[in-house]
Amino acid sequence: MKSVVKQEVLALNGDEAVAFAAKQSDVDVVAAYPITPQTIIVERFSEYVANGEVETEFVCTESEHSALTACLAASVTGARAFTASASAGLALMHEMLFVTSGCRAPVVMAIANRALSAPLNIHGDHSDTMTERDSGWIQIYVENAQEAYDSVIQAFKIAENTDVLLPVIVGLDGFTLSHTLENVHVLSDDAVKRFVGTRKFINVTNHEGRTVPFKLDPDNPTSMGPIALPNYYFEFKRQQEEAMKNALKVIQDVNKEYAEISGRSYGDGLVDAYYVEDAEVAIVCLGSTAGTVKAVVDELRAEGVKAGLLRIRTFRPLPVERIVDTLKNAKAVAVMDRSMSFGGNGGPVFHEVRHALYDADKHPYIVNYIYGLGGRDTSPMQIRKIYEDLQKILRIKRVETRVQYLGLRE
Amino acid sequence: MQTEAEWKFTAKDIAEKPDLFLSGHRACAGCGPATVLRLIMKAVRGPTIVTNATGCMEVVSSIYPYTSWAIPWLHTAFENAAANASGIEAALKILKKKGRSKHEHVDVIALAGDGGTYDIGIQALSGAVERGHDFLYVLYDNEAYMNTGIQRSGGTPLGASTTTSPAGTVIPGKLEHKKPIADIMVAHDMPYVATASPYYWRDLLVKVRKGLEVNGPAFLHVFAPCPRGWRSDPAKSIELSRLAVETCIFPLWEAVNGEYQLSTPSKVFALAPQKKKPVKEYLQVQGRFRHLFTPKFEKLTEEIQRVTDERWKRLLKKCGM
Repeated sequence: MKSVVKQEVLALNGDEAVAFAAKQSDVDVVAAYPITPQTIIVERFSEYVANGEVETEFVCTESEHSALTACLAASVTGARAFTASASAGLALMHEMLFVTSGCRAPVVMAIANRALSAPLNIHGDHSDTMTERDSGWIQIYVENAQEAYDSVIQAFKIAENTDVLLPVIVGLDGFTLSHTLENVHVLSDDAVKRFVGTRKFINVTNHEGRTVPFKLDPDNPTSMGPIALPNYYFEFKRQQEEAMKNALKVIQDVNKEYAEISGRSYGDGLVDAYYVEDAEVAIVCLGSTAGTVKAVVDELRAEGVKAGLLRIRTFRPLPVERIVDTLKNAKAVAVMDRSMSFGGNGGPVFHEVRHALYDADKHPYIVNYIYGLGGRDTSPMQIRKIYEDLQKILRIKRVETRVQYLGLRE
Repeated sequence: MQTEAEWKFTAKDIAEKPDLFLSGHRACAGCGPATVLRLIMKAVRGPTIVTNATGCMEVVSSIYPYTSWAIPWLHTAFENAAANASGIEAALKILKKKGRSKHEHVDVIALAGDGGTYDIGIQALSGAVERGHDFLYVLYDNEAYMNTGIQRSGGTPLGASTTTSPAGTVIPGKLEHKKPIADIMVAHDMPYVATASPYYWRDLLVKVRKGLEVNGPAFLHVFAPCPRGWRSDPAKSIELSRLAVETCIFPLWEAVNGEYQLSTPSKVFALAPQKKKPVKEYLQVQGRFRHLFTPKFEKLTEEIQRVTDERWKRLLKKCGM
């Protein structure tokens, strides 16, 4: 660590950590709408505004649809924009998620992950963001409040990188992270401001044939968000995919750069491997559950079991090569999904990990555990049971049940 | 700020002013909204950003890689023109404060049709006005979802035949009245609301300018005939926008800080009621009302006349006339 800056320790819950990071990132426009369990983020931010601690236009919109619209419009006008939402709010934004990524607007949004209705449930699971996995947003899932803080700061730098120019979702588990107090190390305002830097713009050719910055600027007019017919639309989409590929590298670079000033990094930024390189039995999961799994891995390792964990931190773009590489020695893998893909033979994370492993030299046994829906607790005992199931698969050399439900009353 | 005296808007002035909504767009012959847009853009007073809801005008003016917009222009979706304006205005404000915009002021204009305003966009519009963003919202009202093929909207008038309110053998077109959208906006206690018609182009330009000059939100409801959807002669669009005023189907007025005032073109009919034309003259030149001139449904024209008179009377009262 060449120049780790002095840091303060604050007691913050996940939502407060997110709000604090947004405050330090010199955000120009925040447009938001309240929804549990994200509400604390906008409440804290409102206090910063009310106390003159930030130079930010805070727009309390009448809906999430308008919140994201306003962020997108502010972003293409040249501002750094941030919002936060969850569950039904994210679902209401659905249309605008695609428009935001399609307009290449580097908006950052924190999602306090929560179940979708019906029945109504305000507690944590990944149904909301998993539903939006194909919306063209980068998706980062964090393990704790510290990572929520760090990731929001990183998100601006990733989103605004001119090789990327894509919006970023930072997902933190509702209540488990959003409402739980932790010690969070925070950088100084200056250090964050320096790290994030000022927004840069790419140049495009406008209708007059002039090279102009890609934003709404009266001196350099451009038309943004046009209609593109079958003769051009496809190329726009292909460019978005290219930007996603570029993001794989940028996320790793930003993770490294951030480690230099903070002393903290999250694996390579894409995946966080915990005793998984030589593991025979491995769990793959996202978010806060990784903390529980790590504790169980520690116990099992002490007992001589070659157990490991692969936490996928960046789910979009999916780090396929890293997943394959990290799991290369695993003989049995359990993928944990905190959401359903109804009728889809397992959850979305399972689909993607299994698909990634298709091209691996060796194919491990692979099973899926749906867990924690609507905020149901997942205990270390249940995690231990998963590892036991994996060991059993290795003994009997076959998978008895491909998709299982953890902690479910049946 | 310019004073009202400086807003000459003579024919010569506006002919000399360069177009900001350029020719070459794909609007139909006789398109009312395209004429309205061209006129509106003649009244801008300086650096301006336009945002457009999904609809005819967005589609005809922005087919990639072409554009009809000589000024910065943004389209994002259908229901959110006012939310776009909120975001643009918020960004402009803070960028200026932080010294990252060199413009002293940039005007923001949101454009939307009747579908994007009366129906799907009213929530975003109401919210943006309540929050007091400084922008001008222009509703170009061609009285149905023309872009998707002439479906009825909350702005479609009683008796009009559309593809989702067709005149059948039993039902005579749309059964409901047009929503009084401009009055709804006045009820927001906003600084400036007005109605306008492209036939009275000077009145329209002055109202655009007034809407831009006020601090805070302004709403302009512009009548915009659609020959395709109204089954009317493309050569008669401007004539229709006069007839609508002369029959008092679409009276011209403004409400400054909630105080209603009749505009000159409509004042004529308040002062000389005998000059007010029967609505039949307006209805009979449009194919969308053709069925109202059959014995079975002709009673409906009387109902349209009755409601038109009633609404006109109510307006006169609000204007203190």
